[in-house]
Amino acid sequence: MRDVAVIGVGCTTFGEKWSTAFRHLFIEAGALALEDAGVQGEQVDALYVGNMSAGRFVEQEHIGALIADYAGLATTHIASTRVEAACASGGLAFRQAVIAVASGMEDIVVAAGVEKMTDVGTGASVEALAGAADREWEGFVGATFPGLYAMMAVDYMHRYPLSREDLAQVAVKNHSNGAKNPIAQFQQEITIDTVLRSSLVADPLRLFDCSPITDGAAAVVLAPLERVHEFTGTPVKVLATAQASDSIALHDRRDISTLDATVAAANRAFSKAHLTPREIDLVEVHDCFTIAEIIAIEDLGFCRKGEGGRLTREGETALGGRIPVNTSGGLKACGHPVGATGIKQVWEVVTQLRGEAGARQVDSAEIGMTHNVGGTGATVAVHILGVT
Amino acid sequence: MSVARFWRKIPQRYNLIGTRCGTCGRHFFPPRTFCPDCRRAGEIGPYHFRGTGEVVTFTVIRTASEAFEQMTPYVLAIIRLDEGPQLTGQIVCTPEQAKIGMRVRPVFRRIGADGTSGVISYGTKFAPVALS
Ligand SMILES: [Zn+2]
Repeated sequence: MRDVAVIGVGCTTFGEKWSTAFRHLFIEAGALALEDAGVQGEQVDALYVGNMSAGRFVEQEHIGALIADYAGLATTHIASTRVEAACASGGLAFRQAVIAVASGMEDIVVAAGVEKMTDVGTGASVEALAGAADREWEGFVGATFPGLYAMMAVDYMHRYPLSREDLAQVAVKNHSNGAKNPIAQFQQEITIDTVLRSSLVADPLRLFDCSPITDGAAAVVLAPLERVHEFTGTPVKVLATAQASDSIALHDRRDISTLDATVAAANRAFSKAHLTPREIDLVEVHDCFTIAEIIAIEDLGFCRKGEGGRLTREGETALGGRIPVNTSGGLKACGHPVGATGIKQVWEVVTQLRGEAGARQVDSAEIGMTHNVGGTGATVAVHILGVT
Repeated sequence: MSVARFWRKIPQRYNLIGTRCGTCGRHFFPPRTFCPDCRRAGEIGPYHFRGTGEVVTFTVIRTASEAFEQMTPYVLAIIRLDEGPQLTGQIVCTPEQAKIGMRVRPVFRRIGADGTSGVISYGTKFAPVALS
């Protein structure tokens, strides 16, 4: 296997982008990434695009071909593949691209993610997202996505010390980071009161515990490490790629408050990179809901089970803390265009490792991690990246 | 959800017919046709669950998908059946009555509707034993 580097990154602004069509979202991110890498379109060997549900959001399937076409790569007949794993589609697209380059099958590969969610109403998008869980045995009986995570929160709060204010603090911290990120959907700070006064969605989760509905795209360019000198971008090395799965339904899990797929993927990634959680300088975790960030930092090994609330309360996960979590603003404040999220996480870590994160820069960041979850934890992708 | 797709699951949804592995004795609801423990050595057959069990965790759904909008707020729970498996279902009780560890029994109820003029689907919900 060859060592793989990220040589360019690009990301659109995230938000409700009424005037931008699905296909143009991707083109914007892809062009930024190629420009950043100093790579011409015709040099690209393959494209992997993460997308959860264009079929339901914009009534378009066959996304790989569409994207290649509008990127002007139809005439070079590039290999273009759509990757789907619900909210982990982006993370898996990145992993597929890494494997393609590492194996020697391809040299210059673009990994991208795109989702256009605001062309349908809220009800229809809630319905589409419910397809990330078990449609027949969760969705059919009235489970919503926030409802499933709310049941994790109730189970967690019954067993471990976590206050309603601790949960709110996750959103407060992520909005504070989002306020320093020019691409974030929400760039205003909030207080614990903002969260506690927002409307209940699924007890105990309120509107400000939930990631928003977002349009956006992100893209990164990968190359073999031995060829990075040919390109202009500052390379960042992929130290580990790992992926794990678990039962599709939350009710079939060994433990409602643990994502065993996160534990498995993290263990594999740390083992592959010969690293421990202590050596990670920053992490982008999948905070689709505030409770998800608490559970993620525990399952990734940054603290023991039950300590996530304390870690958050004491500012250890904030910028300047022991392990800054979601410096981009996370899914909560940066936004969550589902298929694009996993790639945006890589974009953020690469930006940080190059020292280009501006007001949200983590001092002397050398190693970063991404954690991307599909559904309620049925798919997890974990990546570790490091400076070269 | 299409009529055929719903009709196919009527035995499971109306009467809690799941499966049991004759090789290891493990029960499955929702039904599985492949035992994850015994794999190809598993002898899977139908099993009629009693439907009694207890609440593992729950929430109150305030914002629902279109098919359930009319029913909010409703209590949704993960229930551990007495035979072992866990499932997701609605509890017929007020938000204040829902508790972790609460004993429940099955009741036959309307589950949802495909729009205002669409197919009305029925299935199993759960009621607290102590309140009934
Ligand atoms: Zn068996």
